[in-house]
Amino acid sequence: MGVGLSNYIVLSAILFGLGIFAIITRKNAILVLMGVELILNSANINFIAFAKFNKLNIDGHIAAIFVIMLAAIEVAVALAIVLNIYQNYKHINVDEIDSLKE
Amino acid sequence: MLEEIAFWFFALMIIGSALVVVSSRNMIYSVFALLFTFFGVAGIYVLLYADFLAVTQIMIYIGGILVLLIFGVMLTSKITGVDVKSGQTGKAQMFFAGLISLFIIVLLIYIAVTTKWNTAENPAYEVNSTIEIIGKLLLTNYLLAFESASVLLLVAIIGAALIARRK
Repeated sequence: MGVGLSNYIVLSAILFGLGIFAIITRKNAILVLMGVELILNSANINFIAFAKFNKLNIDGHIAAIFVIMLAAIEVAVALAIVLNIYQNYKHINVDEIDSLKE
Repeated sequence: MLEEIAFWFFALMIIGSALVVVSSRNMIYSVFALLFTFFGVAGIYVLLYADFLAVTQIMIYIGGILVLLIFGVMLTSKITGVDVKSGQTGKAQMFFAGLISLFIIVLLIYIAVTTKWNTAENPAYEVNSTIEIIGKLLLTNYLLAFESASVLLLVAIIGAALIARRK
């Protein structure tokens, strides 16, 4: 049977759907961030699978490097914001954080 | 044959851990299941001849992002005698969310399987290691992206330190 391109794309699609489910369903801001990380990982798997099945074109790997780096940056800044919100509201329930700064 | 066994092992590890991440009541369980997801993805990278990226994934995602997330969970939950639980969403919302994500999965799989991708099925050659080619490409073809990425990192460090300081 062999492991073809479709195997990797199906795996990445399932991971993407699970990430979307986490973002829609979870109420804690950090769990929403984890959903975003799942989505970024699924996109990375797609990049690298297409790179392998295109005569090992390394452009896909470089795109994946940039995605990993941007994910790290985004988590750092997002956690700084979440900590600030926690200082103000004493919870990080995304449903109830709905007022701009007075 | 061995490649198939490795692929199914890592794929099941990824999907199983992702299911625990999205559906566990305990936040600490979710964070540690995310660790296994990242490990599984690194294994998939090794199967796809991406050796430098597998190591980068482990170092940055597990060693950086996951530790940051654990710190975030510990700092923003009331741990004094109370379990670290996230709130409960209603049953109807969970059902519709599951329906939407199932629809997205089915749509993506349908598009992916019925398209004639213009691929060479097996790589015509195998390289010993991709790190030399990545290094050369980063400093010749992708130089602008590389330099902008370092500026972006500087801006993000300053911004995060500024946002999170104690007033």
